[in-house]
Amino acid sequence: MTAAHQFLEQARRITRDLRHRGLIQTALRKYEVKRDEKKRAFPDWESARQAAAEVKWDAINHLDTYLEDFVTRLEARGTRVHWASTAAEARDAILGVVRDRKAKSIIKSKAMTAEEIHLNDALEKEGYEVVESDLGEYIVQLRHEPPYHIVFPAMHLTRDEISDLFHRELGSAQTREPEELTMIARRVLRQKYITADIGITGANFAVAETGMVSITENEGNARLTSALPRTMITLLGIEKVIPALEDLALFLPMLATAGAGQTLTGYNTMYSGPRQPGEADGPEEWHVVLLDNRRTELLADPEQRDALHCIRCGACLNVCPIFRNVGGHTYGTAYSGPIGSVITPHLRGLKDWKHLSGASSLCGACTEACPVKIDLHHHLLQNRRNAVMEDAPLLERLAYQLFAVVANHPTLWQFAKEMGRTFQPFHRWVLRTKLDPAKAWTATRDLPPMAEMSFKEWWRTRQ
Amino acid sequence: MSAREQILGRIREALRKSAPIPGHTHADHPSANHPPHPPVPPAGAGRSAFATPVIPLRPSAAARPWLPPGGVTPAEQWERFCAASTELKTAVQEFESVEAAHARLRELATEQGWTGVASHHAPLTDAAISALGLPTLFTDGGYPVNDLEKCSVGITECDALVAQTGSVLVTSRSTGGRALSVLPPHHLVLARRAQLVPDLGAALELAKARYAPHWPSMISFITGPSRTGDIERILVLGAHGPRQLTVFLLP
Repeated sequence: MTAAHQFLEQARRITRDLRHRGLIQTALRKYEVKRDEKKRAFPDWESARQAAAEVKWDAINHLDTYLEDFVTRLEARGTRVHWASTAAEARDAILGVVRDRKAKSIIKSKAMTAEEIHLNDALEKEGYEVVESDLGEYIVQLRHEPPYHIVFPAMHLTRDEISDLFHRELGSAQTREPEELTMIARRVLRQKYITADIGITGANFAVAETGMVSITENEGNARLTSALPRTMITLLGIEKVIPALEDLALFLPMLATAGAGQTLTGYNTMYSGPRQPGEADGPEEWHVVLLDNRRTELLADPEQRDALHCIRCGACLNVCPIFRNVGGHTYGTAYSGPIGSVITPHLRGLKDWKHLSGASSLCGACTEACPVKIDLHHHLLQNRRNAVMEDAPLLERLAYQLFAVVANHPTLWQFAKEMGRTFQPFHRWVLRTKLDPAKAWTATRDLPPMAEMSFKEWWRTRQ
Repeated sequence: MSAREQILGRIREALRKSAPIPGHTHADHPSANHPPHPPVPPAGAGRSAFATPVIPLRPSAAARPWLPPGGVTPAEQWERFCAASTELKTAVQEFESVEAAHARLRELATEQGWTGVASHHAPLTDAAISALGLPTLFTDGGYPVNDLEKCSVGITECDALVAQTGSVLVTSRSTGGRALSVLPPHHLVLARRAQLVPDLGAALELAKARYAPHWPSMISFITGPSRTGDIERILVLGAHGPRQLTVFLLP
């Protein structure tokens, strides 16, 4: 089954699932209230967006310079940097470190980049135990499914489902209290932190000026992941770079506000190296893996380059009418929602993923929500155009050629109209059956009847 | 060619075409033919009036009037810090004297039944620990992780308090390492009034002035107790880190 079929199939199922809809609408309504409240704390949200967009523009359009600055400073403080052109190279770099350290167990904090390169599968295939420590990620890991949303991985589950899951997988008693459920996970994961040999994290920003990796989280799981294991590995995309430390004063509140409706996320931590002389704890070694994985192809498209400005806040998912109806898993990609629909064709090939450009009502809610002003809905249109230019389906091409001929010849146009008027009454005999020529439309919508008289004819009668 | 050179090479090749600065041009009608590209301005040139500090003193607040304010006067800043803390469920208490703070600390120890305390050597913490008189694990220079995990509370100093966000700034060098402020179930911060700064920008500047270029390996803004909303978006405190965050403000 192609990715496009998979999408349609699952979308058809999920859009009719009222339970799913209720759950997502409730969660996102709560988010909207908090987000609006926090946005009001900004005297001028629009100017903040403009500034964030400009700083990201500067970073991405001088990526070579800033990336080299970042790496030079990191390496100067004893961090080992690995450059990975592809997902496979990134997996190999990480597997290499894990093998060298003869690691047994690995604790991981949330990293969408790791989902992108299917890191957990690769590690598990080699026999290593990898445990997700973010509560939402831990829940979906126990269910053997990918995260539903880039910020809220388990938002599609009810407390009862989570309780059943913990009961089945961890042997805990059933409970309806989110607090008790959280404590069950806390107890299990505590031991994992203490015994893990390796901690793997993602990153939110890479500061060129000071050679720091900034990680944003609420639970403290990334703090522990980077404090207790002897080896720390951080995986990040090359587009995470920002020029200066002071830029965090702008991005941290914006990420928190747009992403989760918070003033600031619980822990915002900047790492500049492994344990330094005289420090109490921290990893003996730190490996930073820089991932390209076709980001440079997106960079080479000036029209859509700003998609690399993305700070992965998830705001565009939350406001997208398509995401809210089809849900996160339907996309079948690491990055879902509008931003995922824009970048996936670049990262994984337009041919197989062009259908995502149609997963949009072009309402522009995503573009308006984006804290770094990515022109998301126009990029979806551009991807549609690019897909047609690259390889338009024969039938579609013929159909448009036929339409062009008819539309250019008034007699043919008149004839087509007459045909339509004559035959439309018989349409109901085949309506929504296999013989229905307009089935793609009529399956979910009504076909309006053609007017008895065209405007031209009416005008003629008035003369 | 190494992966590093390959990636940097691809980036340089890609950047030979320039992209418009957001908000300055807008492609409403996507066209297959890109307009001719103007030369790329040098690094840093994209920061127009918005991002360039204009006043050297407290540039963060002055250059970013559109960010949530942290307050101008110390009284405003303290008010803002307290309001943010209330929302975050951080317990904040201000004391007239160090002795009063120590007395409250002993009360807390009894109320919460502290058995072991973890801390680090610094003026405020040393004084508090001797006033408490409980078995104490000092993390400076290394410690057994299992022992720290058993402690009832981690008592630390901080580098700054941020009025704008209700955050506490800690580092791996000044506050006992990376785990002390997140592993025990209660994190208690001893701060001086003078450590209150208006906003994140000011806190970052302060850290830079104090440490650059010999940065501690970790600096962290702690904003409230550890929290999660991963189950039905319902707030739960103490997801992995401390369930309680307490800030004592000393004169």
